[in-house]
Amino acid sequence: MKNAFWRRFCRNKGAVIGLGVLVWVALVALLGPLFLDYGPWDMVDAPFLEPLSPDGRWLGTDTMGRDIWAGLVHGARVSLLIGFVSTVVSLLIGVSLGAIAGYFGGWVDAVLMRFTELFQSVPSFALAIVLVAIFEPSVASMVTAIAVVSWPPVARLVRGEFMALRQRDFVSAALLAGQSTPRVILTQILPNAVSPIVVMASLMVASAILLESSLSFLGLGDPNQMSWGYMVGTARTVMRQAWWMAVFPGVSIVLTVLALNLVGEGLNDGMNARADGKR
Amino acid sequence: MNRLQLMLKRLFQGGVAILAIAVVNFLLIRAAPGDPVAVLAGEAGASDEQFVAQLRAQFGLDQPLSVQLWHYLSNVVQLDLGFSYRQQQPVLDLILERLPATLLLTGSAFVMSLVLGVLLGAWSSRKVGTWVDSAITTVALVFYATPLYWLAMMAVLLFTVQLGWLPGFGYFTVGSGLTGFALAWDVFLHLLMPSVSLALFYMAVYARMTRASMLEVAQMDFVKTAQAKGVHPRRIHRNHILRNALLPVVTLAGIQAGGMIGGAVLTETVFSWPGIGRLMFDALMQRDYNLLMGCFLVTSAMAVLFNLITDFIYTLVDPRIEMA
Repeated sequence: MKNAFWRRFCRNKGAVIGLGVLVWVALVALLGPLFLDYGPWDMVDAPFLEPLSPDGRWLGTDTMGRDIWAGLVHGARVSLLIGFVSTVVSLLIGVSLGAIAGYFGGWVDAVLMRFTELFQSVPSFALAIVLVAIFEPSVASMVTAIAVVSWPPVARLVRGEFMALRQRDFVSAALLAGQSTPRVILTQILPNAVSPIVVMASLMVASAILLESSLSFLGLGDPNQMSWGYMVGTARTVMRQAWWMAVFPGVSIVLTVLALNLVGEGLNDGMNARADGKR
Repeated sequence: MNRLQLMLKRLFQGGVAILAIAVVNFLLIRAAPGDPVAVLAGEAGASDEQFVAQLRAQFGLDQPLSVQLWHYLSNVVQLDLGFSYRQQQPVLDLILERLPATLLLTGSAFVMSLVLGVLLGAWSSRKVGTWVDSAITTVALVFYATPLYWLAMMAVLLFTVQLGWLPGFGYFTVGSGLTGFALAWDVFLHLLMPSVSLALFYMAVYARMTRASMLEVAQMDFVKTAQAKGVHPRRIHRNHILRNALLPVVTLAGIQAGGMIGGAVLTETVFSWPGIGRLMFDALMQRDYNLLMGCFLVTSAMAVLFNLITDFIYTLVDPRIEMA
């Protein structure tokens, strides 16, 4: 089973490249700071040094003389951390609500779906801005805001899966055998709905990273954490003088998000046994 | 149910949604850390105890939460969104002044992304497996991963700073005294970059969706029937496949409309476009919560409006809706 999964995953070349990029970004985030003897906020050199300047700042420095490469390394930590944690939180919300709505149906379903639709009709980025602004910018408030705006699609997906699986014989069998409702939901139905949830989760990490960078770009990031979006934000007013300040963090975001999307497609191929015949 | 009844029902649902958003809005303001009266007093420039108590009574903040909520909602229904102490103007006036610019930006970006996205997706599904298909799929994938504020900045770097072709700032040339057609052309030139950079991300979303949906519909029996009776392939592609494949795309467009309106905050910030998004950014910088919440409510209302429009398009694309 595992081998079949890898075989299908590896057949998607984009997914393999994406996985490679992702591993590289994760390594930089984990180990990168060990190779730097200064932090991303330290003014290590003259301001506005161009990339490949003679004294070793190969990506240049920003308006305050901070090293761009150090910023990228530390920014990778924040982006990945917020991307993953906020996805886990929104999965918790979305899977719980979707499972309850899909399993019980009827008025429970109607109420929960109205609630979900309400969240979907709000401009999500505007809601995220308002949430972070009101609860003061920090890693925790960003994770909360991103989770609050990204759970509705999960809830809809899980609800659909649960509605379909609820009708199957093995669920009736488990209920007849006297298993409690939470047990049936958690140990019988949920494991059968995992594949689409995993695929969606990988895409959600990508959009969470985009959302995090957008919030930081507006200056709503944690003031103690260097992040890619913040770096692009500081570059906005000095674009004419220092193109590199905007280009490198932006490219980092694009590559990471692209890699996650490609891995998501690969996971989809890997988990979908029916894709075997095609392609 | 006919189209009119359906639209009325949707209009009612939209109204309920906006009211619900107003309730959320109210609760969020109350959940904010800190005493709103202290903020108000600070903004008015005084804070002795008597003045604070007077303010508390004046704004009804000494009353139970439910009464306050009722007041807030009845104000919202009467389109009274409060007063911005920073700008010394009612919030609604500030927003109305900015509304045309935002509607122009998001409206043009919405139409452009949907039309281009569907065209590219349809083209790519017709040429599936060829270099055209790979090129379109790759472009869509890249735009789907690009933060729209960064794309906007790169566009400014290229077209304004390097090439000098397009203005990278504002809504029209200030102090040019242009009128009529010349003014329209000037606004168009200013609109081009913001609108395109906002549209490209969503264009990618719609192109991917259209392609997937068309490939799925192409497997269906009625397409085989059409092929068997000798309908021209181009006609099958356009009239049989595309029309049926459009339904999920239009549904998605309705859902994504809110996202685009929210995303306009970023575009407007980069291009100094004088719209509601830019106003929201300024409110954010100045901690002007009344204005921030007013902007949030109005953008939500706009999202509901865009949803209504896509519902209407839906009834045009799928005639069965009328009878359902």
